[in-house]
Amino acid sequence: MIAIIDYKAGNLTSVKYAFDALGAESRITSDPAEIETSDRVVFPGVGAAKSAMENLAALELVDVVRRVAPAKPFLGICLGMQILFERTEEDGGVDCLGLLPGVVRRFPPAPGCKIPHMGWNSVKRVAKDGECGFMPAADYFYFVHSYYAPVCEFTVGVTEFAGVEFSSAVRRGSTTAAQFHPEKSGAAGLAFLKGWLSC
Amino acid sequence: MLTRRIIPCLDVRKGRVTKGVKFQNNVDLGDPVEMALAYSDGGADELVFYDITASAERRPIDIGMVEAVARSIRIPFAVGGGISCVADMERVILAGAEKVSVNSLAVRNPSIISDGAKAFGRQCIVLGMDPVKSQNPSCPSGYEVTTRGFRDFTGMDAVEWARRATDMGAGEIVVNSVDADGTRAGFQLEVTRLIAEAVGVPVVASGGAGRPEHFPEVFRETGCDAAIVAGMIHSGEYTIAQIKAAMAAAGVPART
Repeated sequence: MIAIIDYKAGNLTSVKYAFDALGAESRITSDPAEIETSDRVVFPGVGAAKSAMENLAALELVDVVRRVAPAKPFLGICLGMQILFERTEEDGGVDCLGLLPGVVRRFPPAPGCKIPHMGWNSVKRVAKDGECGFMPAADYFYFVHSYYAPVCEFTVGVTEFAGVEFSSAVRRGSTTAAQFHPEKSGAAGLAFLKGWLSC
Repeated sequence: MLTRRIIPCLDVRKGRVTKGVKFQNNVDLGDPVEMALAYSDGGADELVFYDITASAERRPIDIGMVEAVARSIRIPFAVGGGISCVADMERVILAGAEKVSVNSLAVRNPSIISDGAKAFGRQCIVLGMDPVKSQNPSCPSGYEVTTRGFRDFTGMDAVEWARRATDMGAGEIVVNSVDADGTRAGFQLEVTRLIAEAVGVPVVASGGAGRPEHFPEVFRETGCDAAIVAGMIHSGEYTIAQIKAAMAAAGVPART
């Protein structure tokens, strides 16, 4: 069973439909017990970092996420990736979960680059993808975001926008996270999710 | 590199995709879910569904159709038409649509843009507009916003409206040229460029596409981020792959 964490940070329907398409049983839940006993955890998220952290706290899920991310197959998506880092510049600066090192920053203004970074961009695998790696060497994925996570020692995929190369996929132990939306990224996205399910 | 998006547009009437010129002479084209799947498999970057008769008939959007599409395809899609309040937006988004598009409603009630952006994030809120070439002195850009399927002239300047809607929280602007719509003679480049230069959010060109070459042209000449395609692929005359090939040949970044 896959627990898709519902912390009032965006619509989870598409994530569930993607797992349905792969024949993987999933449940949208904000119940800490259900999350702790599930086999796998998906941590999605769309919206603002501050309200996301506040909602996590109000639902008493902060410690749950900190516990399960290093302990079982865990997949952060979009904002659910960003708030795994130490801190974000968004909303005047918000302390995040600190499961990954670094600070999430806003894209700088760049000519011809509209923010949010919205649409299909290429993700390139970096060398250290590990033995259970499921990143394609290079493929297009769908992005919607205004802030980006830095490249760090756990980066497995990078993408370039507004003159910045950022972490579009990371892996640390059992924690995988993607800035892009695999559930909205067509065949490439489904292959990514399938890879995660077999990992 | 961020690619320029190609977005097939599906006008839905009574559960079927239709196509008409300037909202006249509608022809049945097929089932929305089947067509969505075919275009998604064929390389579409996103889809947009307009429930074209919903507003006129004062009936809500077909949520069952939105759900069926969301279950079937794995690319983003927007839904427009039949949205009358934030609760309608919420139903569409919870059913699995990535974005909602408002047009005439936003002209009547601009606060729907800020209310929607506040509730769901600005990336979910698309402003559609139907500008027409105009001599109206209240429209210094030379383009006036029309509503209700080009039937009403608003006296609002198209570029000014795009700026204002962006300030209020619109995350994307679809510029559907009344002059070009249905002509298949190419996009209306001037109004698209004026708006793409005026706002800091993505702009989608719409209306007038007839040949694959029209796409690299609109991307290069206007700086828009995406373009809508309808009749030329619905008819089977061209494919999305041909459009992407024309873009690639002209050096416009495309997801192929």
